[in-house]
Amino acid sequence: MPLLDVVDLHAEFRTGLGRVPAVNGVSFTVDRGETVAIVGESGSGKSASALSLLRLIPDPPGRITGGRILFDGRDLLQLSEAEMRQVRGGDIGMVFQEPMTSLNPVLTIGRQITETLEQHRGADRTGAERRAIELLSLVGIADPGRRLKQYPHQLSGGMRQRIMIAIAIACDPKLIIADEPTTALDVTIQAQILELMKDLTRRLGAALIIITHNLGVVARYANRVNVMYAGRIVESGPAAAVYRRPRHPYTMALLRSVPRIDRPRQSRLDPILGQPPDLTRVDDGCAFRPRCRFAIAACARRRPTLMAGREAGHLAACLRQDEIALGAEMAL
Amino acid sequence: MKPAEPAASSAPLLEVKGLRKHFPISEGLLIGRKIGEVKAVDGVDFTIRRGETLGLVGESGCGKTTTGRCILRLERPTAGEIRYNGLDIATLKGRPLLELRRRIQVIFQDPYSSLNPRMKVGQIIAEPIRAHGIERDRARRAARVHELLSVCDLDPAFADRYPHEMSGGQRQRVGIARALALEPEFIVCDEAVSALDVSIQAQIINLLEDLRERFHLTYLFIAHDLSVVRHICHRVAVMYLGRIVELADCDQLFDNPQHPYTQALLAAVPVPDPEVERRRAFRPLVGEVPSTINPPSGCTFHPRCPIAVSACRQARPELRELRPRHWVACGQVDWPFERHEFAGIRSPPKRAVPPPPNKEAGTQQHEQNGRIRWDRGLGCRRLVLLRR
Repeated sequence: MPLLDVVDLHAEFRTGLGRVPAVNGVSFTVDRGETVAIVGESGSGKSASALSLLRLIPDPPGRITGGRILFDGRDLLQLSEAEMRQVRGGDIGMVFQEPMTSLNPVLTIGRQITETLEQHRGADRTGAERRAIELLSLVGIADPGRRLKQYPHQLSGGMRQRIMIAIAIACDPKLIIADEPTTALDVTIQAQILELMKDLTRRLGAALIIITHNLGVVARYANRVNVMYAGRIVESGPAAAVYRRPRHPYTMALLRSVPRIDRPRQSRLDPILGQPPDLTRVDDGCAFRPRCRFAIAACARRRPTLMAGREAGHLAACLRQDEIALGAEMAL
Repeated sequence: MKPAEPAASSAPLLEVKGLRKHFPISEGLLIGRKIGEVKAVDGVDFTIRRGETLGLVGESGCGKTTTGRCILRLERPTAGEIRYNGLDIATLKGRPLLELRRRIQVIFQDPYSSLNPRMKVGQIIAEPIRAHGIERDRARRAARVHELLSVCDLDPAFADRYPHEMSGGQRQRVGIARALALEPEFIVCDEAVSALDVSIQAQIINLLEDLRERFHLTYLFIAHDLSVVRHICHRVAVMYLGRIVELADCDQLFDNPQHPYTQALLAAVPVPDPEVERRRAFRPLVGEVPSTINPPSGCTFHPRCPIAVSACRQARPELRELRPRHWVACGQVDWPFERHEFAGIRSPPKRAVPPPPNKEAGTQQHEQNGRIRWDRGLGCRRLVLLRR
């Protein structure tokens, strides 16, 4: 049984412009100790999916409208708010994009870590403090005793993200959800933070869901990848297979549109034409159809569901996925 | 398509010499007492020829944006010369400065905050034309706006819309149309594609390349994304703590980086290919960028540098032309290259301070063990065994 089994998750935002189905029937699984990436562009629903997992979607305007989130055998959507609080920060740790806004500016670093330990593990003050020092050394912060007494604004961006990670792993979680953990950081710091998360999840045996728009980060760290577009997963599979032989035209176009440092320079980039879709105006057809160079008349009639291809565990939501997979090898 | 680089002999359009910009830090409420300074740019030299694109890369706080703002004269340099077409613009004032602004324009990073939300797109683009009194006739100004919009592949009907009605990519096109309104020769692109989604980023990069060719533009391309810089630039300067540490032709810099900081930056870029990533032995650079208020002594990179020796703490290395057109500010790279590669990023030295260089020993070692080369495909150092 997988650690996390998300089944047909739906979440929407009600706005002045109409109902936005940000998460529209998302299903995926995460096994114990595994690193799974959710990759997509802004507005694809990747962050909304992550927040829904923890029931952190602001309500109003947001709402989870359906589905099941089975975590370790329990459906998180059936839990009471009090039980949910025990899960968040307990069995599931979280790391968010902007460490400055996710840390409390008026509490010391130490207090923010010990609070988690006292809440979830019933630790006493001295025990919690001892563990906090241990955690800070674990995430590579020098002089942890002094750092505990400092406030978030006294630390650099990379250091704050290390604190977030220390809080996330404080209660020995089974799963860590990291939402764009390094987007705000410089490339050398990004590399440090990602290596740290990889190392820690391995040592703790925790599973990791990493939500990112960076295709390189996915390639370096993820075992499996889910590609999202317009609130849906359009391709899912082992990272190596998805990158080598994408089965969905969006994944293929995404991979082709980035300049690559490891390849001879292209004379011209191959962008995805058009604009990302307006989610208030989606129809019954495939949402990628207007930008897709392989679209046919049938794509407008019905939305393809995620279907398995030749390789086990490699799914795509495209009517022409077999043809595309054949062509992808030559094209990429 | 990247046009052929302009001939090396052509006179530089922009010449920056010893550029410094220090921001004072003051204390006290009424009578500010200067207690220190942030050396955002601390002695930067480079030239850009007409039609060339120079990339300026580095991490936040390295001074790349401040350099761009000095050239735009949004900041007044503390010291140094900025010669544009031979004229020193570092201290320009009044009418001549206004004239200059018509020739040097800017595209900003964030298309959300760099467009006035209360103005229609048409007004935004017409604003520079109006402000400089180029076209006083309203109808002809509107026609020009339509032309600029279609040059940037936008429907001229967008002129009557507000920025919030557009997507990020469309907004960035408006920012580009505005920069083109005065028919400039030189454009500072300050992280012009960094805030955009991958699929849109490629569209805008292609547009910038088309415009460069069509209007014979010269770009200073400030960015932190190395793969984008490699794609669009002819030459690249790498900055660290207010100084250029390496400057070379684009291919030379990416295929044969010399400065340990450049090498670390390149190694840190993850490649979107799990198979390539699996083969890379990757070890991130330690530490963080130090403060520009109180930078480390000597070479400012020495605390994070995997090949630093004690001499690095004393004297700050000057930018030297190591090979033709390849400038490096590192005291260690004129050792036999193989020597420092053994202490390189893949295998950091056991001791913090390696012994002084010994050319003979270094060469011998490489003959015995093979050679570590920068592998462009892997974006990291790789041991290449020599065949016997």
